[in-house]
Parts: sequence; C-alpha cells; structure tokens
Amino acid sequence: MSALLEVQGLHTYIGQYHILQGVDLTVPEGSVTVLLGRNGAGKTTTLRSILGLWKPQRGRIRFDGRDIQGLQTHAIARLGIGYVPEHRAIFRQLTVEENLKVAERSKGDLQARQAFLFKLFPDLQKQYHWPAGQLSGGQQQMLAIARALVPENRLLLIDEPSEGLAPVIIEQLMEALRSLSASTTVLLVEQNFRVASLLAERYTIIEDGRSVHQGRMEDLLREQDLIQRYLGAA
Amino acid sequence: MLPRYRRSLLISLAFLGGLAALDLILFPAGQVGVILLSGLYQGMLFFLVAAGLSIVFGLLDVLNMAQGSFFMLGAYLGFAVYGALPEGTPVTWRFLAALVAATVGGGLLGALVERSLIRPLYARPIFQIVLTLGLATVANEIVRAIYGPAGLIPITPPAALDTTISVLGGRFETYRLFIIGMGATLMALTLLLLHRTRLGIIIRAGVEDREMVEALGVPIGRVFTLTFALGCAIAALGGITAAPYIGAYPAMGDAFLLNAIIVVVLGGMSSFEGTAVASILVGLARASAEQVSLEYLGSPLLATVSILLIMILVLLVRPSGLFGSETS
Repeated sequence: MSALLEVQGLHTYIGQYHILQGVDLTVPEGSVTVLLGRNGAGKTTTLRSILGLWKPQRGRIRFDGRDIQGLQTHAIARLGIGYVPEHRAIFRQLTVEENLKVAERSKGDLQARQAFLFKLFPDLQKQYHWPAGQLSGGQQQMLAIARALVPENRLLLIDEPSEGLAPVIIEQLMEALRSLSASTTVLLVEQNFRVASLLAERYTIIEDGRSVHQGRMEDLLREQDLIQRYLGAA
Repeated sequence: MLPRYRRSLLISLAFLGGLAALDLILFPAGQVGVILLSGLYQGMLFFLVAAGLSIVFGLLDVLNMAQGSFFMLGAYLGFAVYGALPEGTPVTWRFLAALVAATVGGGLLGALVERSLIRPLYARPIFQIVLTLGLATVANEIVRAIYGPAGLIPITPPAALDTTISVLGGRFETYRLFIIGMGATLMALTLLLLHRTRLGIIIRAGVEDREMVEALGVPIGRVFTLTFALGCAIAALGGITAAPYIGAYPAMGDAFLLNAIIVVVLGGMSSFEGTAVASILVGLARASAEQVSLEYLGSPLLATVSILLIMILVLLVRPSGLFGSETS
C-alpha cells in the first residue's frame, strides 16, 4: 500500500509551549491508522497540525505526494481531507440538513451522497430537519462524521469518536466506521484501546509530543509490555 | 422551533404588546396609529445601522465602532451623486442613483477596510475597537474638511414620497412609510439570505464555530469580507435613506451608533432576529415616550432616556438579551 499521508519531524508550538517535538507518521492508502497515547501526549495537536489549524513550525506533511504544510486550512481540506474534531463541533443552532450543507464543496454534493449517508446513519434521516443541538450525543457524533463525508474525501481525521458515548452507541458507531473504512482512509485518535484495536490495522504511539512506536496493530496486541508502558491499558 | 426561540418570541411580543396597550390607555385610537407608525419608522432607522453591527459582531467578533460612519458616508456619497447628475435629470432618478451609489460605495469601502485593516487584527479585539474608533474619527474629519462642519440640507425625495396620507386615523408622511417599507424589505431579504441560501447557512455556522467552517473547506476569510461589506452596505443605505429627513452632517453616525449598540445588546449579541425585533421595540418605546413627553410632561427628558429604560427593563427579564444565548 502506498502512503496517502506522510508526516516527518513535525514540531508545533502553541504559544510558548513546544507541544509536538518530532512526530513521524505514515498512513497507507485504504488503511485505518490509530494515534495512541496518554492524555496530553499530542494526538489532537497532530491532527490539527496536519489540517493547518495550528501551524507547525518545522517538519514536513505530504498528502497524496504533495507538500501541504503552510497551506491554509480550507485549501488543505479541499484536497480531500475531512475532519471530525474532538467534542464534534456540530453547529447546534443549524438543522441536520444545514450542518451537512455547510460541508458541500460544490452544488449537489449532499444530494449525491444522501443515500449513502442515510444508509450509514439511519437516525439522521429521521431527524433531518431537527436542530442539531437537540440530537443525542451519539447522533451528534454520527452527524459530525456524516458531515465529513459529504464531499468524497480521501482521508478522514477522526478525533476521539467514542468519547462520552454509551457502550451500545459505541458499537453502532464502530459498525459504521468499519463499513466506512472499506472505501476511505482513516486516521483516528482514540483513547479507548479496545475500540482502537478493533478498528485499526496500523498504529502510532505518541509520548510527550514525539512518535515513539509505529507498526501493525496485530503486532502491538502481542506486546503487552509496550501497551502497559505507553497506554496503561491491558 | 427551538423552545428557546419560542420563549424569546413570547417575551418580545409581551414587551411590544405592553407598549401598544400603554399607548391605547394614554391616547385616543387615531393617535395610537400614528405613534405605532412613528415607532416603526424610528425602529427601521435603528435597524439599518444595527443590522450590520449585529451580523459583523456575530460572525467576526468585531464590534465595529465605525458602523455609524458608514451610515454618515452613505448619506454624503448619496448627496454627491444626487447633486452631480446633469441638470434636468428627474428627481426620481437622482434619488434612485443616490440609493444605489451609497449602497455599492458603502459595501466596497467596507470590503476594503476589512481586508486591509480589520483582518490583521482578528486575534486582537481591543485593537479592533481602537482601530474602528480611529476610523470613525478619520471619516468624520475628512467629511468635515470637504463639506464643512455645518452639514447639508436634506435632499428632496421623489414627489410621491414627499406628501402626507391618512393612515390609521391620522396624517402620516409618505417618506416615513417608505423608510418603514425599506427597513421591512431589508429585514425580510436578510432573513432570507441567512436562512435560505448556502452563504447564509455558512454565516450562521461561522457565528457558532468559524474554525470548523474553515476545516470543512470553506474559505472563511472571503465570507468575512462579504459579511463586513454587507453590514457596511446596509448602514450606508440607511444613511442615504434617512438623508431626505435629517440631511447629512458629520456627527449623524455617532448619534445612531449608540442607539444601534443598545439595539444589538437588547436583541442578544450576534442574533440577527433579536436585532430586528429589538429595533422595533426601541423605536416604539421612543415614539411612545416622545408622545408622553409632549402631552403630559412638557419636557423631552423621558424621550431621551426611554431607550435606556427599555434596555434596563428587558435585561432585567432576559440578561442575555431577547434572543441571546447564555454564552452571548
């Protein structure tokens, strides 16, 4: 598999704080790759730096063979990168339909993808004209993912999709993400190691702003010491 | 409809109904009609300045202290075009040309100001306030230098708008009705823009979370410029619309700006719907207070403080404004 996204030696400061201190990451096309690490390790900062929401000071980010560091966020997104942020960031005052419409990159995007989105998340069809703020937490997460799927993005950056959701909702969401991964490359940040291990084929562990390990998930599952040391999960 | 919106509407209707009922108790029915129309007329003038202020503050988080200057510059630009047309040009054409020139000129000037001066200061709200205050002073001084401090006498509107007609049992000037009509049309068009077009949806989404809008691939910078220009265009249109009534003078924008800020706070910062309703409420309160001052008090004091009184009353009931959310 060729690499769709390559990150090399990424350094990002937020104010005076040196958050990313050398992150290397490869996301092969067609894979689900998960960023693992403890709270505050720099996983969210890595996703935001890739999208240009925080400007990296050093390092290289290549998407589909093209250097994208330094581009404006909207230009990076338009190359085919969808973003599902931590805490969803849905537009609460807008209806479900309007939330999806904001994500259109050309007229008719939503109409063309509507059947696919409704099949993936049937709840959204039922609540299409509801204000998004009235949806449940799980439905809001589904909306946030659906919104990133309105244009045919080649890469999805998904930050903590299971955070704050009930186990039964997490199962539904995992099902959707699994079926999604058949057609889209995904870079996932996930604290829930069980969810991460079931979804991802590859992993990168970030510790104190540096990538310290990467490889195939099936190999990581055999390395209980590594899991304990960096993630505190068994 | 969201329960919060329903509550906001009900409270707004209660205030509007209360004012109308008070007028009915204090004055004969024929006079009440004229007071209500007068209130609507004043409300629409406030709206024309406050609308831009509200949209710009909502999306860009910029409290544009130069909004009143765009109102004033619209009037002067309109006057200039009105007077520059060749002799023999019918008044109606002069007037229409003045309206178009003020609106387009205000919009273009707004776009230029946003791109060159406001944009570098998005992360510095205090600097923006100082900058826009400075811009207002510069605009006033430029106009003073070109036209003098005395101001210009009102231009003549088309004949059909320069008469009085009988409305709701009283005589009312047709030009005031024109201002009410124009304000209502602009209100409706702006609401349609915000709720029925993709640009409007993006503006409303940007009010909630502009970073997310950008992350979805929308060049939010262009939307900012467009929105700022739209706000300035509406204010400039307001200026030339008011010109046949109040003329044009350098400080005219300042007088309207203070009231417009009160309207935006009353409506709930960043809620356009709130600004529209609050404009009417403030206009009605002022018109009623003027009549009470005239007939019962013999002093204009109540009219002067009426806007502050209605603001205090509303904020006691709804501290975040009529349509404001807890976070605003």
